[in-house]
Amino acid sequence: MSLKLPVYLDYSATTPVDPRVAEKICDCLTLEGHFGNPASRSHPYGWDAEKLVEDARANVASLVNADPKEIVWTSGATESDNLAIKGAAHFYRKKGKHIVTVKTEHKAVLDTCRQLEREGYEVTYLDPEANGLLDLDKFTTALRDDTILASVMHVNNEIGVIQDIAALGEICRARDVILHVDAAQSAGKVEIDLQNMKVDLMSFSAHKIYGPKGAGALYVRRKPRIRLEAQMHGGGHERGLRSGTLATHQIVGMGEAFRIAREEMAAENERITALRDRLLNGLKDMEEVYINGDQDQRIPGNLNISFNFVEGESLIMALKDIAVSSGSACTSASLEPSYVLRALGRNDELAHSSIRFTLGRFTTEEEIDYTIKLVREKVTKLRELSPLWEMYQEGIDLESVKWAAH
Amino acid sequence: MLPYLKGRFANPSSAHRLGRVARAGLDRAREQVAALVQVHPTEVIFTSGGTEANNLALAGVLAAEPRPGRLLVSAIEHPSVLEPARRWTRQGWQLDYLPVDGQGRAKLDTLPADVRLISLMLANNETGVIQPVAELAEAARAQGCILHTDAVQAAGKIPVSFAATGARLISLSAHKLYGPKGVGALIVDKALDLLPAQLGGGQERGRRSGTENLPGIVGFGMAAELALAGMEQQARTQLELRRRLEQGLQALPAVTVFGQQAERLPNTVQLSVPGIDGEALLLQLDKAGFAVSSGSACASGKQEPSHVLQAMGVDETTARGAIRISLGKATTATEIDRLLTTLGQLSAWVVKTSGAVAW
Repeated sequence: MSLKLPVYLDYSATTPVDPRVAEKICDCLTLEGHFGNPASRSHPYGWDAEKLVEDARANVASLVNADPKEIVWTSGATESDNLAIKGAAHFYRKKGKHIVTVKTEHKAVLDTCRQLEREGYEVTYLDPEANGLLDLDKFTTALRDDTILASVMHVNNEIGVIQDIAALGEICRARDVILHVDAAQSAGKVEIDLQNMKVDLMSFSAHKIYGPKGAGALYVRRKPRIRLEAQMHGGGHERGLRSGTLATHQIVGMGEAFRIAREEMAAENERITALRDRLLNGLKDMEEVYINGDQDQRIPGNLNISFNFVEGESLIMALKDIAVSSGSACTSASLEPSYVLRALGRNDELAHSSIRFTLGRFTTEEEIDYTIKLVREKVTKLRELSPLWEMYQEGIDLESVKWAAH
Repeated sequence: MLPYLKGRFANPSSAHRLGRVARAGLDRAREQVAALVQVHPTEVIFTSGGTEANNLALAGVLAAEPRPGRLLVSAIEHPSVLEPARRWTRQGWQLDYLPVDGQGRAKLDTLPADVRLISLMLANNETGVIQPVAELAEAARAQGCILHTDAVQAAGKIPVSFAATGARLISLSAHKLYGPKGVGALIVDKALDLLPAQLGGGQERGRRSGTENLPGIVGFGMAAELALAGMEQQARTQLELRRRLEQGLQALPAVTVFGQQAERLPNTVQLSVPGIDGEALLLQLDKAGFAVSSGSACASGKQEPSHVLQAMGVDETTARGAIRISLGKATTATEIDRLLTTLGQLSAWVVKTSGAVAW
């Protein structure tokens, strides 16, 4: 068996850099390469680096049908989220102090909103429906006269569901509310057309789409003009919106990753959908398995399943030959059940025993078949050891059991 | 860096084996950076660069204060300290500037009372002048205020540590010591409670969220290790080359070397050639095959003369003539000699064409 273990099925946590991207990055690192500071006005090293940065900017803009002038380089989607939300909230504070977001957002959005609450802003955290999608009427109702900003992620990192940001954009524009969308998990996987979608701010991450870590961008709409209060001050880079020497190699890597995504997205989605469906078909006939999140409005590479009556930590340990996650990578350190799954209405046990499989560019059929076999085997084995499984098989209604305290 | 752009690509926060391999690389790099500045690894917070480290140093301390007070920064700080400092006045903070003498050294005679935070860079990026940070630290400690030092230009060239500087916050940048751009660090005394600026997944012990830029950080670690090992040797070599350059400059009519009498970084010479505008000189040097700068890259293309030179009391004409030559590991004596020849030619041409009398 030529399989390299562990099989990597954690593409939503991060992706390997595409070899074509790695090559471009390496060209910008050493003395022989394009190492100049793009802000150096006085020599070819600087001019050369600047040109590469602008080419990359055009590539990023092109993927989402935006103007390159609307792309601001950041160190990643976390920074973009912080900049968008704090930046807009602070700039427009005289207009109002109410913000609307969703309980299933990434921590970068939620924690930033909590920070704003400490500063005196009011935040409404909406519940999604059981399929993870936002009800548009509920969203509309939540908007008030003093609402200045809404933040809704395009694709959720845990369950992969796709929100209708075009519709949200229409609603927000009609109510004069700025719409921020975290597109870290969607860019390069789902079509984004910012000419036609009324989204005002959009966060991008390179390392979710085969680009390098430490690189991201924030789309800031120019028509109509969206203003932000910068969060990092200094040399005035990026039209004063984000100071700091531009990391040529990082930016070039991101540009190349986005260029490849634009060219290969359609074909890649087809291939990955087939692999994901193969995985789903290999597991769905098992008893007591639940797919988390809407199955249709979902990116091709995501499959999030709860295996009832299997203890979560044991399951992860049993599956050590595949690299997957339960809960998002950013919160793996804590043992709390995924707040995203809880927001869908899953109870603690089911949330704990969920596995997120995310497939990608380098996933093979062989890897999927190996995974199916492994998961079926381990889940079966763990259930054999589970007293709760035994009770379930005997027809006992576990909800009605009065558990004695120890 | 390369292995982390290839097989070791996992997210360091992932619980699986690949994540753990990535985490090990992160931990190792943290130790390497900590070793460069002689601190405990937990005192290293990785950032996206020097600008972020400086912004975080100020925000992390000032945002935690219950009431705004007094903030003191030197007049010659990098814009990534000056700009955030100015922003904090909007929150009610009183901003004072520490003046510098004619040689570009901060003057410490009287500190205003009641200062909460002082920021004094360890070495100035334009002149290379090394600042009396350790001296200032004593006064700061006596007053109970926190000292931050921007060691972005100094690290890797001269020893940097809490002990050497007396500072409790130190900013570093990888790309100033042969590491990659896009990564830096804020070194924070473990007894100091820093408020985070960037929020999210809780990385860097909650002090700086965001998936770690692993290849960048690993590159930073290696650069730090190499810098530590080669520091003395490099300093000697570059100082020799710098002296060669300065000696040659003496032969040119009335060239001013800024901060000449002060202790400076071994690699930096900021100078002014009379009668020729700095920007024009840069272009001429570029045509002759030399890449140098006027102020800092961050100020490239700006029309105002350097705020550093202004603070030193340099007149505007002379300040506008300033160029900065900074040497590095690859610089050779031949390159220095060629530069001197070119500068000599340009200077002679100016005198000839303008008829200006060089004083």
